[in-house]
Amino acid sequence: MSSQSIPQQAPAPPLPRLGEITETVTNTIFGKAPLWWLIAFGISSALAGAFVLVLGAVALFGTGLWGINVPIVWGMGITNLVFWIGIGHAGTFISAFLLLMRQSWRNAFSRYAEAMTLFALATAGMFPLFHVGRPEWIFYFAPYPNTMILNPQWLSPLVWDAIAISTYGGISAIFWFLDLIPDIAAMRDKAKRPIPRAFYGFLALGWRSDSNHWERLHKTAYILAALATPLVISVHSVVGLDFAIGNLPGWHHSIFPPYFVAGAIFSGLAMTVIVGIVLRSGYEGLKDFITMDHIDKALKLMLITGLLVTYGYMAETFGGWYKADAFELPLIIERAIGPYAPFYLAMLFFNCILIQLLWFKPVRKNIALILVICVGILIGMWLERFVIVSVSLSYTYLAPTWEVFNFTFWDILTIFGPFGFFFAQFLVFIRFLPSLPISETQQHAVEVAHA
Amino acid sequence: MSNNTDQDKRQPSLADSVRDLAEREDFEQILMEHDPRLAAVLKQRGMDRRSFLKMMGASLVLAGLQGCVTASAPGEAIIPYVRMPEEVIAGEALMFASSMVLSGFATGLLIETHEGRPHRIEGNPDHPASLGGSDLYTQGSILELYNPNRSTLTRGEGAVRSFREFRDALAAVLPGDGSGLRILTETISSPTLAAQWQAIQQRYPNARWHQYEPVNNDNEVAGMELAFGQAVRPVFTFENADVVVSLDANFLNGMPGSLAYARQFMDQRRIREGSDSMNRLYAVESTPTPTGSMADHRLALAASQVDSFTRALAGAFGISAGSGETTWDGAWFDALVADLEAHRGSSLIIAGPQQPPQVHALAAALNDALGNVGSTLTYIESPIVNPLVQAEDFASLVSDMQAGSVQVLLIIGGNPAFSAPADVAFVEALGSVPFSAHLSLYFDETSELCSWHIPQSHYIETWSDARAFNGAYSVVQPPIGPLYDRTRSPIQMFALLLDDFRSPHDIVRSTWEQAFAAVPNFEAFWNATVHDGVAPNTASPAASVSLSGAVASTVSSIAAAGSGTEIIFRPAPTLFDGRFAWNTWLQELPQPLTSISWDNAALMSPATAASLNVTEGNLVSLTVDGNSMEVPAFIIAGHPDDSVTVSLGYGRGLSAELDRRQNFNAYTIRPNGSPWIASGQVSRAGGRYDVTVIRSTSDGVNLDAMVRFGTLAEFVANPEFAKSKPKDVNLLPGFTYDENAWGMSIDLTACIGCNACILGCQTENNIPNVGKDAVENGREMYWLRVDAHQVSEGGQDQNYFQPVPCMHCENAPCEQVCPVQATVHDNQGLNQMVYNRCVGTRYCSANCPYTVRRFNYFDYIDPADIALEWRNPDVSVRVEGVMEKCTFCVQRINAARAISIQNNEAIPDGAIVPACAAACPTQAIVFGDVNKDGSQVAELKAQPHNYGMLEELNTFPRTTYLARLSNPNEALHDSEEGE
Repeated sequence: MSSQSIPQQAPAPPLPRLGEITETVTNTIFGKAPLWWLIAFGISSALAGAFVLVLGAVALFGTGLWGINVPIVWGMGITNLVFWIGIGHAGTFISAFLLLMRQSWRNAFSRYAEAMTLFALATAGMFPLFHVGRPEWIFYFAPYPNTMILNPQWLSPLVWDAIAISTYGGISAIFWFLDLIPDIAAMRDKAKRPIPRAFYGFLALGWRSDSNHWERLHKTAYILAALATPLVISVHSVVGLDFAIGNLPGWHHSIFPPYFVAGAIFSGLAMTVIVGIVLRSGYEGLKDFITMDHIDKALKLMLITGLLVTYGYMAETFGGWYKADAFELPLIIERAIGPYAPFYLAMLFFNCILIQLLWFKPVRKNIALILVICVGILIGMWLERFVIVSVSLSYTYLAPTWEVFNFTFWDILTIFGPFGFFFAQFLVFIRFLPSLPISETQQHAVEVAHA
Repeated sequence: MSNNTDQDKRQPSLADSVRDLAEREDFEQILMEHDPRLAAVLKQRGMDRRSFLKMMGASLVLAGLQGCVTASAPGEAIIPYVRMPEEVIAGEALMFASSMVLSGFATGLLIETHEGRPHRIEGNPDHPASLGGSDLYTQGSILELYNPNRSTLTRGEGAVRSFREFRDALAAVLPGDGSGLRILTETISSPTLAAQWQAIQQRYPNARWHQYEPVNNDNEVAGMELAFGQAVRPVFTFENADVVVSLDANFLNGMPGSLAYARQFMDQRRIREGSDSMNRLYAVESTPTPTGSMADHRLALAASQVDSFTRALAGAFGISAGSGETTWDGAWFDALVADLEAHRGSSLIIAGPQQPPQVHALAAALNDALGNVGSTLTYIESPIVNPLVQAEDFASLVSDMQAGSVQVLLIIGGNPAFSAPADVAFVEALGSVPFSAHLSLYFDETSELCSWHIPQSHYIETWSDARAFNGAYSVVQPPIGPLYDRTRSPIQMFALLLDDFRSPHDIVRSTWEQAFAAVPNFEAFWNATVHDGVAPNTASPAASVSLSGAVASTVSSIAAAGSGTEIIFRPAPTLFDGRFAWNTWLQELPQPLTSISWDNAALMSPATAASLNVTEGNLVSLTVDGNSMEVPAFIIAGHPDDSVTVSLGYGRGLSAELDRRQNFNAYTIRPNGSPWIASGQVSRAGGRYDVTVIRSTSDGVNLDAMVRFGTLAEFVANPEFAKSKPKDVNLLPGFTYDENAWGMSIDLTACIGCNACILGCQTENNIPNVGKDAVENGREMYWLRVDAHQVSEGGQDQNYFQPVPCMHCENAPCEQVCPVQATVHDNQGLNQMVYNRCVGTRYCSANCPYTVRRFNYFDYIDPADIALEWRNPDVSVRVEGVMEKCTFCVQRINAARAISIQNNEAIPDGAIVPACAAACPTQAIVFGDVNKDGSQVAELKAQPHNYGMLEELNTFPRTTYLARLSNPNEALHDSEEGE
């Protein structure tokens, strides 16, 4: 596939001079921390603190602090794990998938979307660790050599999960860092004081903008992108398998893997757009780079994935009805009209109905509406995870064992705390590392100018 | 004491902590809480803190010295384990036969001890009142032994005293001829206490003995008096009974002898391939009970209507006893009469203990008219000593107390201050008794009001005796000495009045020596009796009775029905009369049928709830004779309309963890005149109280996947009606079992839903209680649950009970998803939990279609708890964060295997009995080797009506069920089908 065959869809933004791009981006770092950043960081840190408190308390006193029980053995831990891994998905999708597709408009998003991936994964990674009853023995998941020749149980999707997520995390980190190298070098060159210069100099790994460097970097990036792209599909598919392999009426669906991937990209893009809008309004200068046009494209993608998710809901419900499964029908009915109805109906509203607004161009240009829709999607997708994980668990095969999930104080903290944890990491990142890929944006600008 | 972390760092000495303690402001209060005796001594001597320090210093030194000898050496010779006592092998359990007395009657027990420590109670197969089964009370009673709230101190006149001081005080007030001396006990059948009482009467001729228990046999006593003019009681023989009629009698689960009755009744209902005869049970029932749930035909009738029904039934057989209002289905009644007519001599009519005397008298007359006496029932002389109508006797005692004619009142056992009826002013009357003493296990409501309190020995700490429901002489053998040396037993209290200082053992033995003087070799007889727990051939012979001709005339007047709503009182299914209120096992255990845990509730039918405008959890106010209480409503199908049932025994307000949040004490409205069925007002009160329920009903959702049932006729026509066909497709290689393959078969026809198996499992497997809040949140830890499916079909409210342990699937979904191999298959087909390997992902539980796995959400074990002593040393105690589940009692399998290896033989069939099967009164649960031809379990699994739950999931469960069969009357069954 050659680059010429791909039509350049992005209409030309007002083209800044290349030096200005570097200037604008580095200014966000070397300038004084703006007030909004300090406030945002303060709030995020407080929430992150609450998250650490939850994890510490759960580790100390037991997972019983959460509202889980038998049969609803999985609650906030797994719901949030799936949700946050999903948030991470958009990053890799944008940076790797679109790179392979030579969609160079992606550049404005790619850096911070990749960073989001990492931080979302770091957030998600907390959950399986503290979700288990005895985190101190979690290393039993690893096939470490031992005298009893005890291995993990390879049939278990949780083992596949551990492998898939750690691979994904590793590749994403490398990919992200490789991309950063030229920009860190630019930061090093721009830095005036010795400590920042040493800091960026160390991270720049001796980058000299040599054409050999560029060639190798590009090759490696493409190879890694080729490696990472299947991971976008596989990671959330494997997460979907956790449920599809299980024989619970609400879980045992072959549609889960693709439907999980679509949902992950859906929620990930929503988070990306929210963060993009925040960055745009926070740093005036970035408005020229993260344009409304970019956001428009992301919103269209969201609409597509949202429709896929909607199809998933329909297929799941239809399948349950069509096969007349005596055990699945009560679940389908109960979750729509039973005690969980508010959750389920809100999920349908946010994920299926609200997004229909995105068909309309004026909506896609209205920042306030976009924010509302994207936050709605985040809520909807969180609810979807909750419906799949905990609501399904409430309607087991045997009706005498049915229970209803009760949210405790700790559950509520577990829902909101991770957002603080995620944003605190993200805010540190935009404060110390270039949040836009300088060189790639420059390249894109040149390409657009030449087109 | 001191939680200061700095101090912890520098390792404070013992003396430091004593000084810190003495310096605290609330020092006296702390001392009072922790060592009331020491506090009392200090107070008496007027000591200050300085003296306390001196004394503690000296004590610490002395304590050190004492460690050199033995902390508290018993008086008798003790043998160190270096030279092991004969019979005791470390690590092997020893069983001792004993008996437990409730409402006067003994139930035979086997008490399992480990290294001298009793930890579990099972039924005694040799005892006629147990036949190997056990109930909730017998099994639960062992926790009382270890209860940290037991009273351990003699108290008198506001201070801690010694027993010698009590003796002196009593001697000082004892009148020479015993006038003014009253003894109040619970219902007594003990031959020893009877003999002692005779001696007391000789010494104190004017002394009087009263018996009162809130759950008593008054109606039966009065009814027999009406019918025969004799103190007799009926004993049933179900072997010959083809048609059984229960007149509000929960004879399977709530009468003296129930364990034996349940077993005998079910023996007539175990249908196997080829057999086609089964008894038939008609239940006329108010409060739904397990007995009604097992009935082939159940008629829900208000408790006060059962009287009219009985009269009508009597009328149909020529006993004219008047007739009341007819409120029941005529076809039902006619079918019953026809069936009884066809089964003269092989039918049985049983009157419930809560039904008034005339129902008992008429039941006796009916049995007589049908020619059942001698065939399906016999009458024996009552084994109770002085059987009286206790309610009247108790009322007379209280009026004597009020009149000031009682000088000395010894209350031996019981808790009348709590359990006295609302209109008997026992508490006030107690104030006018100058000297009162209470012997009890706990320092309870009555102890607080008495001038003296003596702690009671638990029944398995001391020798005693009693008689079973059929009169058999039973021994109460203690496998352990008193844990607290100040405790005394009722026998010792009686002996105190006789200046008899022999040990309880010697007193009991000498009584028996006199009672069985005719036995040639008493020594051998006594040893055999103690070994077996029951004296052979001592069941009372049939008494010759003749129906007093006046039955019809004496009962012909029907009491005017009250104008209000009917309020039925029942002993709590788990707490009995409230004596087990401290017992967390019984508090948490789901109540049979309703699965209510921890709470009292007003049971009512959906129609009654609708007419009262209440839903479940709404408080309703019950008023009887001006006394009222509030209690949450609980809706149960099958309850008669315009009638409400409330349990006795709740609302003692013992502690915040147990029951301080609820105050649902039904004694506060219970009238002495009609203690079981009262007429009162029921109305909706403001407020809510959520009744804690361990959900156990399917409400009919996919019932067929769980319980399969049919009639005997259907079974004969198509024996395989319950079969399902698994697909048998598997990508993974299967397992092979060369030796044993363990399996379980549960006969749903025989399961009466008494929940004894749950408690049996809990005591055997060290299963913790989690408390009311956690139960509400669905975190109960029971490895075995008994689902009670309440289904309304064709106008009939049916209950189907189904015990659900781990299925030990051959193709287990849990094993395939555990990421760390913590749950694995063994070579005998057991699905095992490796606690050490478990990290607690809980995936196994999510993937278990039967939801039988339980998770330790918190550390449920407090290592400082004395109640730890009951734990079974053969079973690991689980920590926070691991999954657990039924193991098929793998420790018992391994014990049997060890023996088989020693003897170099195969494990014989029946050698392994899991705790649930051991507890089951009806032997509904059978365990064994399915690989072994001819084993009991293999034969049951080969039955045509054997089926596995959710077999279509290809799990191949090792636990399978025998479909539930009933034997309805053709005449009624067809009409029901038609509806």
